[in-house]
Formats: sequence, C-alpha cells, structure tokens
Amino acid sequence: MAILEFRKIYAVWYREIKKMINSKPRIIGSLGMPIFMLLALGGGIGALVKDFNYQAFILPGVLGQVLLFNSIFSGVSVIWDRQFGFLKEMLVTPTKRTTLAIGRMMGGATTSVFQGILILIIGMTLNIIPVISAIDFALLVVLMFIIACAFVGLGISIASTIEEAETFQVIMNFIVMPIFFLSNALFPTKQLPNWLQTVAGLNPLSYAIDGFRNIIIGESQYPLMLSFTYCSAFLITIVFVSTYLFKKAKI
Amino acid sequence: MIEINSLSKKFKKVNAVNNLSLSIKKGELFGFLGPNGAGKTTTIHMLTTILPPSGGSATINGYDINKQSDEVRKSIGIVFQDMTLDDKLSAYDNLKIHGILYGLENNEIEKRIEEMLALVELSEKKHELVKTFSGGMKRRLEIARGLMHTPAVLFLDEPTLGLDPQTRRHIWSYIIKLKKSGVTILITTHYLEEADALCDRVAIIDHGKIVAIGTPKELKSNIGGNLISIECDKPKKMAEIIEKNNFGDFKVLDEKCTIKINNGSEIIPKIVNEAHNNGVKIESIDFHLPSLEDVFIHYTGKTIREETPGRGMKHGHP
Repeated sequence: MAILEFRKIYAVWYREIKKMINSKPRIIGSLGMPIFMLLALGGGIGALVKDFNYQAFILPGVLGQVLLFNSIFSGVSVIWDRQFGFLKEMLVTPTKRTTLAIGRMMGGATTSVFQGILILIIGMTLNIIPVISAIDFALLVVLMFIIACAFVGLGISIASTIEEAETFQVIMNFIVMPIFFLSNALFPTKQLPNWLQTVAGLNPLSYAIDGFRNIIIGESQYPLMLSFTYCSAFLITIVFVSTYLFKKAKI
Repeated sequence: MIEINSLSKKFKKVNAVNNLSLSIKKGELFGFLGPNGAGKTTTIHMLTTILPPSGGSATINGYDINKQSDEVRKSIGIVFQDMTLDDKLSAYDNLKIHGILYGLENNEIEKRIEEMLALVELSEKKHELVKTFSGGMKRRLEIARGLMHTPAVLFLDEPTLGLDPQTRRHIWSYIIKLKKSGVTILITTHYLEEADALCDRVAIIDHGKIVAIGTPKELKSNIGGNLISIECDKPKKMAEIIEKNNFGDFKVLDEKCTIKINNGSEIIPKIVNEAHNNGVKIESIDFHLPSLEDVFIHYTGKTIREETPGRGMKHGHP
C-alpha cells in the first residue's frame, strides 16, 4: 500500500519535471530577473560599499529569491489546473489528496532547486563566489529542497483557499514580495531598524538564506543547525496546513 | 452494472437531480438526453464520486458510491465535458501519469498506452505535446485515457460538444467500437442524433427527473403514427384548420405546425387543399417518422435547444 502511494507521488513529481523539460524557454526566462539582481544590483550597490563584497553577499539572497518565486508559483499553479480541468482528472483517480499535494511539493521543489543550482553555477563561473566542495554542495541542495518544498506548500495552501486566478497579482504583491523584502536577502539584518529586524527574524526565508551564506561564503548570523531546524519546522507545519486545505478545496 | 436508487442533489433551493432511479445492464450503451441544465452532469458527478448526493444511493460495479468511493473510482473511466488533459505534456505522459495514479504496473502501462493509442489512431502522435492537437484529437486522447485502466464503466459527458459534424461522426465510430469490446457506457448528450445513433437505451431527463426511458425505437413508437410538419405564414390559422378537419393531434412550435396522424401520406393533399381554400400559404411540408426530437418535444413540451416551455399542446379528435 505504502509503495503504491510512493509511485503515485512519483507520478505527480514526474509531471512537474516533464512540464519543466517541455518548456525550456521558461527556465531561461525565469533566470533573467535573478541574474539582473546579481549583476546590476549587486554590482551597483557593491560599488558604493567599500570593504564589503556585496555581490557575494547577495548571491545567497538571490538564491533564496529564485527558490521563493518559483516554488510559490509552482504551488499556486494548482489554480490553473483547476481552471483547465486537470485537477478534476487527478482528483477522480483512486489517489489520496495528501499524496497529490506531497507529489506536487516535491516536484515543484525539484524544479526550483534545479534553478537554484544554475544560479550557483553562474556565481561560481563569474567568480562572484568561491567554488564550493561536494559536501557543502550536498548540504546546500538539502537546505534548498526543504525551503522550496515549504514554499510550494504555501502556494498550494493559497491556491486551495482562493477561487479565482485573477488574484495572482495580489499573491505576488502581498505574499511573495513581503517574504522577500522582509528578509535578510538584500541587507545584513544587524543594521536594520528594530521592527524590520524582528520581522526578518521570524521569516523562514531569512534562515534559509543565512544557511546558504554560511555554506557559501562562511558568513552567518545563526548557527547552520538553527537554519536547518527552523526551515524543517516550517516545512512540517506547511505540510500539515497545505494538505488540510487541499483536502477541503473545491474542485 | 449501474443501479441508481432515488438519487437526489439539491443546490440551495434547486433540485438539480430529483429522485432519480435507474438500472443499467452490463455492456449497455445508455444515454442521458436532456437540455443544458437538466441535471445530466450533476448525476454523472455523483456517480463518479466527485459530488456527494443529497439523498439516495447508487452502486457501480457492485460498489456503493457513498461508502466505497475508492473501489468505485477504480471501476470507472471518465471523459469530462471540459478538456482535462495537461496540454504541456505529451500524449504518452498524460496516459502514463494516469496509469500510475490508477496503480497499474509499469509494463502494463506501456502495453496499455500502445493499445489505447492504436484504438484511437493516435499512435504516431505519442510523443507530441497535447497543445499541438486538434479538438477531435484531444477528445480521442481523453477517451484513450479513460480506458487506460480497463474500467467496467465508461462515463462520457457530452463527448462531442463543440466538435464539427465530421469529427463528431469520427468519435461516434470509436464509441461504437468500444461498445463492441463489452464495456458499459453511460453517455450524456443534448444532441438527439447522437443518442439515436449510439444508444441502446435512452433516458430523457428534464428538471432533474426522468420523463421517458426506453430504446430510441420504443420511444419513437410511443408517439405512434407518422408526423407531418407544416411551415406556413399563418400557423395559428393553420392550427384552426387542422382542428376543424380532424386531421390529427397537433401542436404549434415556433412557425411550425406538427401534426401526428395515424394514416399515411394521402392526407397531405387534403391539408394543402384546405390551407389553400383558407388563404394560408404553405412554405414546406415534411412527412416523417417520429425522430427523437419529436419524442423530446412530446415529453417535455419544448425543443431541446430552448429552456422556456413551448406553446403547449392542443388535442384534436382523430
């Protein structure tokens, strides 16, 4: 029985991967924004601040951005599945909704991590960050996967509670952007105003990015263990919330 | 194969499906015929465990839709009214994902994909993305997908909606092929000629109730006699003439008078004569055996295309 459910998770995962492979231009397109952030913003602000390698500092932030954006939208795309009927097709199969939600999280996370790895490769190729060891790379992938899964789950939760696809822009402005800007992605939190420090200190994305920084450039605010623990706790919470909401969602 | 027992569904105050009872035999091709909004799709949604019924029950392949939804789901294949393929995937991947979700083994999946694509003549398109397919090809792929897991019952909800007549006939030929393979098929349609061409038995559904049930032939012979449709410039006047001369039962719908007669076409010259003498200009006369369309009008008092009631039926004395 358990093996059967694993295969079903695989089926949903497979769909996400195939969709990514079938739309290669989208992968390149979605890399545009982070590369600009890295080169233009990183280069520009980097020229203003002395004695601080800003470009290397924001690369983990950009990594967090790629994971956040791709994962949330991968989860939210459940809305399109509902609109175009594919959700109905999946829901009438003898498959548990929890299985569908988990498969989706893993699939969406895999495609996000894949893009994250591309950012890392670009960073190393352009000499923005040092080349990292295989163990560090493995650690990074695990942490990226955890936070990506959680954000896909967040996207699924949103998609399960809202009805219309038109709310997409609202999600962008009121969920994705705040998570990104109210984090340590672009600035070290120590110099920030108090309120912002508090918010960023609760934001799971901050812990993921801090972990990335720790591994990639050896600078961090929290111990690496705390990053992993905080992100994992966030993921577990999201798994429960999103599967619950997805089960209740209307077709 | 399908036993429906006073199945009901209420949406707020509307009875979408009202105490529907029905029994469909194994291997039968059964049609739900009715206008849009008659409750056909709601019934299908309840039978396929998408919607919980407000009352009543049904069994499919011996499994209760209320209590054994997993077993019911394994026993059925569904082609929905709206397209439900993932058009960013290839035909092969759509079928493969479906196969895994139904718990088929890998080698069986490969085998079934080949068989099903061959059945709907899409083998050459196996690895092409669905978004490049035409409407008819997508439909065929959906039928193939619905059959992947060898269901005992196949539900086809308006399978030819929005397709051109030629493609429609093409789809029909697949449905007839399927019927020969022994699968029980429940089809909903609001195309009368579709029900007539395909179904072993038909239930005419209106306002969530079955108003007539039987083979297309039975339903047609229930009306009895032959029909004459007259198109003329003064339908009301024509109606009076028919009534006065006792030509037969008749009704007026739109600009048409339809008369049911028990004798043959020899009555036509009389009608033409009387019309002429009374100053009614006849544009066309059509003598035919009752069609399902006539059956539908007979039972519901309206044509299938309109939701408002027709102008009623008057009875003359034959």
